[in-house]
Amino acid sequence: MSIFKSHQKLETNVFLLAVGILLTVITGGLVEIVPLFTIESTIEKVEGVRPYTPLELAGRNIYIAEGCYLCHSQMVRPFKDEVERYGHYSLAAESKYDHPFQWGSKRTGPDLARVGGKYTDDWHTRHLVNPRDVVPESVMPGYPHLLRPLTFTDAEAHLKTLRAAGVPYTDEQIKNAKADLQQQADPTAGSDAAVVGRYPKAKVADFDGNPKVVSEMDAVVAYLQVLGTMVDFTTVKPESLRR
Amino acid sequence: MAHIEKDSVSGQMTTGHEWDGIKELNTPLPKWWVWVFWATVIWSIGYWVVMPTWPTISDYSRGMLNYSSRANLGDDLKAQQASRAKFTAMLAATPLEEVSKNKDLLNFALTGGKIAFGENCSACHAAGGVGVAGAYPTLADDEWIWGGTLADIQQTISHGVRNEDPDSRQSEMPVFGTGDPLDKAQLDQLADYVVSLAAKAPAAGSPGEAIFVERCSACHAEDGSGTAALGAPALNNNLWLWKANAKQSNKDVVLAQVTAPKHGSMPTWAGRLDAATIKMLAIYVHSLGGGK
Repeated sequence: MSIFKSHQKLETNVFLLAVGILLTVITGGLVEIVPLFTIESTIEKVEGVRPYTPLELAGRNIYIAEGCYLCHSQMVRPFKDEVERYGHYSLAAESKYDHPFQWGSKRTGPDLARVGGKYTDDWHTRHLVNPRDVVPESVMPGYPHLLRPLTFTDAEAHLKTLRAAGVPYTDEQIKNAKADLQQQADPTAGSDAAVVGRYPKAKVADFDGNPKVVSEMDAVVAYLQVLGTMVDFTTVKPESLRR
Repeated sequence: MAHIEKDSVSGQMTTGHEWDGIKELNTPLPKWWVWVFWATVIWSIGYWVVMPTWPTISDYSRGMLNYSSRANLGDDLKAQQASRAKFTAMLAATPLEEVSKNKDLLNFALTGGKIAFGENCSACHAAGGVGVAGAYPTLADDEWIWGGTLADIQQTISHGVRNEDPDSRQSEMPVFGTGDPLDKAQLDQLADYVVSLAAKAPAAGSPGEAIFVERCSACHAEDGSGTAALGAPALNNNLWLWKANAKQSNKDVVLAQVTAPKHGSMPTWAGRLDAATIKMLAIYVHSLGGGK
């Protein structure tokens, strides 16, 4: 067969082989890289998505470190049953500041893309300490160790790193990272606290019910309570989201 | 076809390649496999034409079918709304109290309410509304902190309890015993009286009763029957929200709540759930056993 004859020519000539390899790699590379140049057009233009506060970010880091994503995805898919259960389907815009994103369809536990505001802080704390206390049939492990104090000496560094990855943290936000983190977990700060000025609609609360310590629980619950709440879907026209 | 060379020992065809007198045996892919492979290649070309496939500079190729999962979802939801339209319209037009008069409509509301309850409410109030001792109130008995009429339940579900919603149920149990003239002995007397009240044998004339009438009756009422409008629970029965287990003595529970009050909270559901779902939930919760 002639095609295999010429293939032999390609394999036995070093120059031709190098050219062939180069062409193959270029083709594969273009197919993977070109879509990245047009990624902006795939992110919906919606209002309200902001970078995570330092406390939410600390919670997100714990979420990833504890491997929560192994059972819980954060992506409501555009299917009728999912929208009926969880709420509006997830937008690309809602995870544009996620590095890495938490998409998926792994549903050993329920999807958490819209869990923010669905339960109280008190429920989340009880549930994370021992899920069986509130959901008798739950198979989720308990995370009572999250009640230990949060180490946040590196709060600024996390913000800086994410800025390098394209998250628009301002100099002011980076400078105040530690103060903002503490203030968000301080229930006496109120809704006019500086952290809310820097991160609109941030929830300020004593998330774990222990006002004396900023715990890992405070961070994780703060993160869970912001999930899926940034976009106000009553102001979004469904047609503008068609892709 | 070129001449196919066969290996003299095994009878297997060779690739024709030879290294130092050693020839490589050839086992080609089955014909059916090769044909399926080419068929999938041809299929993919058809797929490019009819379905969204290639990214372009500012958009992507939409394909002849103009497929969009988000548009399809909109159609699916419209079809679903249409299939429920008869009952949702009837539910919207019927006042809450009169839904039970129409058996079919009641059935629709209870079914929808049960499903919504399972997804949204049972995490705290547990399946069937039995609640969690020491944390979340049971909804299956006739003890209601914020009122047990259909309208009360609908209001509580819509706006929740002690949350950011300005219309949410708000109240605060004051702290007694710190910075307050009630000393330890008086707290003790008060707790004894509340325990006797709960046992339905109020210790009339006791010093605890005098303290109760002076300090507590404004919200919890003189006979301890509570005031739903203030979220002040009835104390003249044996239903204890903050008693986590049978080992805790009633007196300790009272003392804990008087000196360091716990305040339950509940999320606001208006906005997350639509008005029809909240109405169905109110009817379902009301039906769990204790609706007034």
